Amino acid sequence: MNITNLFKIALRALANNKMRAFLTMLGIIIGVASVIAMLAIGQGSKTSIQNQISTMGSNMIMIQPGADRMGGVRQDPASMQTLKLENFEAIRAQAKLVTAVSPSVSASGQLIAGSNNYPSQVTGANQDYLHIRQLKVKEGSMFTDNDIKTSAKVCVIGKTIVDNLFPDGTSPIGKIIRFNQVPFKVVGVLQPKGFNAMGMDQDAIVIAPYTTVMKRLLAQTYLSMIFASAVSEEYSPMAVDEISQILRREHNLKNGQADDFTIRTQEEISSMLNTTSTLMTTLLACIAGISLVVGGIGIMNIMYVSVTERTREIGLRMSVGARGVDILSQFLIEAIMISITGGLIGVLFGCGISMLVKYVANWPIYIQPWTVLLSFAVCTVTGVFFGWYPAKKAANLDPIEAIRYE
Amino acid sequence: MKKVIELDNIRRDFQVGEEVVHALRGVSFSITEGEFVTIMGTSGSGKSTLLNTLGCLDTPTKGEYYLDGISVRTMTKSERAVLRNRKIGFVFQNYNLLPKTTAVENVELPLMYNTAVSAKERRKRAIDALMAVGLGDRLEHKSNQMSGGQMQRVAIARALVNDPAVILADEATGNLDTRTSFEILVLFQKLHAEGRTIIFVTHNPDIARYSSRNIRLRDGKVIEDTYNTNIQSAAEQLAQLPKNDEE
Repeated sequence: MNITNLFKIALRALANNKMRAFLTMLGIIIGVASVIAMLAIGQGSKTSIQNQISTMGSNMIMIQPGADRMGGVRQDPASMQTLKLENFEAIRAQAKLVTAVSPSVSASGQLIAGSNNYPSQVTGANQDYLHIRQLKVKEGSMFTDNDIKTSAKVCVIGKTIVDNLFPDGTSPIGKIIRFNQVPFKVVGVLQPKGFNAMGMDQDAIVIAPYTTVMKRLLAQTYLSMIFASAVSEEYSPMAVDEISQILRREHNLKNGQADDFTIRTQEEISSMLNTTSTLMTTLLACIAGISLVVGGIGIMNIMYVSVTERTREIGLRMSVGARGVDILSQFLIEAIMISITGGLIGVLFGCGISMLVKYVANWPIYIQPWTVLLSFAVCTVTGVFFGWYPAKKAANLDPIEAIRYE
Repeated sequence: MKKVIELDNIRRDFQVGEEVVHALRGVSFSITEGEFVTIMGTSGSGKSTLLNTLGCLDTPTKGEYYLDGISVRTMTKSERAVLRNRKIGFVFQNYNLLPKTTAVENVELPLMYNTAVSAKERRKRAIDALMAVGLGDRLEHKSNQMSGGQMQRVAIARALVNDPAVILADEATGNLDTRTSFEILVLFQKLHAEGRTIIFVTHNPDIARYSSRNIRLRDGKVIEDTYNTNIQSAAEQLAQLPKNDEE
């Protein structure tokens, strides 16, 4: 039996029952379209989270006091006093895979400028902090080494602070703002950054020299955090190891003793967020996959009914010389044609729905080529898988009984 | 003359529950090329079983069957399908045309399962066969747009298209009115005159008058096998029939 003839036969059989073929296809169309649309939405949100995280500084490393995992009662890392200025100095001096390092202490309170006030935190850091957090000074300038040395009462502020303390639009540069009775002179304004992936306002920020915050605001000698920046994203795990060794040496920890500090990288945070969105994507894809399977069962159902309905036709084909394998191939080809055509239409629909979601609902959408290929392959396999049983049934019919079937 | 069909002591048993039913109990005869044989018998005489055996749809339990010199008994299902495709043309009582399919596509069907025939040749042979049965003007008519007589003509054209060694007709006039039945018989007689071998299975004794030989079956055995020396012309009978009121 010639394969082109088989295709012609199957095509004619389908053309004779256009409505039935279309209804069968519908299941596959919906299945494939939903798989593609769901994966596009899932991938889209994942990509947008990744983009946002990289604007937060993708090679950022955060060092906090306190162990990550420890038995017994755990303390609030902020109240621990194990992270000292000497540790920061040691990292700055010894770590080779770190380009920038900044201590971090913070005090919260009320900011007052004239008749306006706003609740905020003042972060004590050095100039490297801007590089680490991917911040830029828009107006004025960053405080200097000399300011740090002299614990100068100067600060750099973000857009949210400017908007709240200077609502009339006057330039805050050179103005004095008071924080918990301590006057600070504004030397710079930061470029606005907007909200981050976790919904935090990245512009509600006041940065002052760490010496100033430690001595004049908090009167403490320990740090709440150390921020660092790895040479590049790939090197950040190695940088973490390096910092860890330096700190263990500084803290005189023996082999076998647990770390009394925790180092986190931006990568960890992004992978944590990714886990959530991956879970969502998987869930959506599972639901869509189920509808694809239901579509496949639809094919099986229709093919099965059509074998019974077309018993006489099968009997006739056998009596004029169709072998079992010819009948089997015909029904399989019919099933595959239905599923492939349905798959193609489904791919178009899926992309269409994704575009609609993108432009109407403004959701981030990302259609990956592999999802299209995958759902297409799956629906072809579905066609063969669910078409096989009815086709086998047709091929095994006894021509004598089939031809006289009423 | 060449023997197209040779049956040697054919037996066919069916297991029905505990019992064994002997449908054919030793049937032997041979048919030479160019004969028009009617096979008659009441229901239960083994007529249908014999037809299935002759048509290679079924294999005998015992005995040898040679179709055009080829032994059929030991063939597999697929081999028999190929044999049917090349050597046999079936004409059924209920026509068995493909629904919603044109006459020419219906006639092409057996050749679709023959890889040796190209698409172009297939179409040409289908058209020739339809011309031979007098439907040259209805090539593109669909099967549901035709009358019973026309449908049976398409079925006969389909049986002719592979140039078979034997045409097997199963109650081919059973569903048709008297006039159309005669028209179909005229067609069979014409094919007979052209040298075709035809086996016509029927329970209608009148048809024997138009064939060259009549075989009667009862209880799975041949009880009568006579040659008709006085073949009547179906065309003459048709001319004597009163015209239908509608025409």
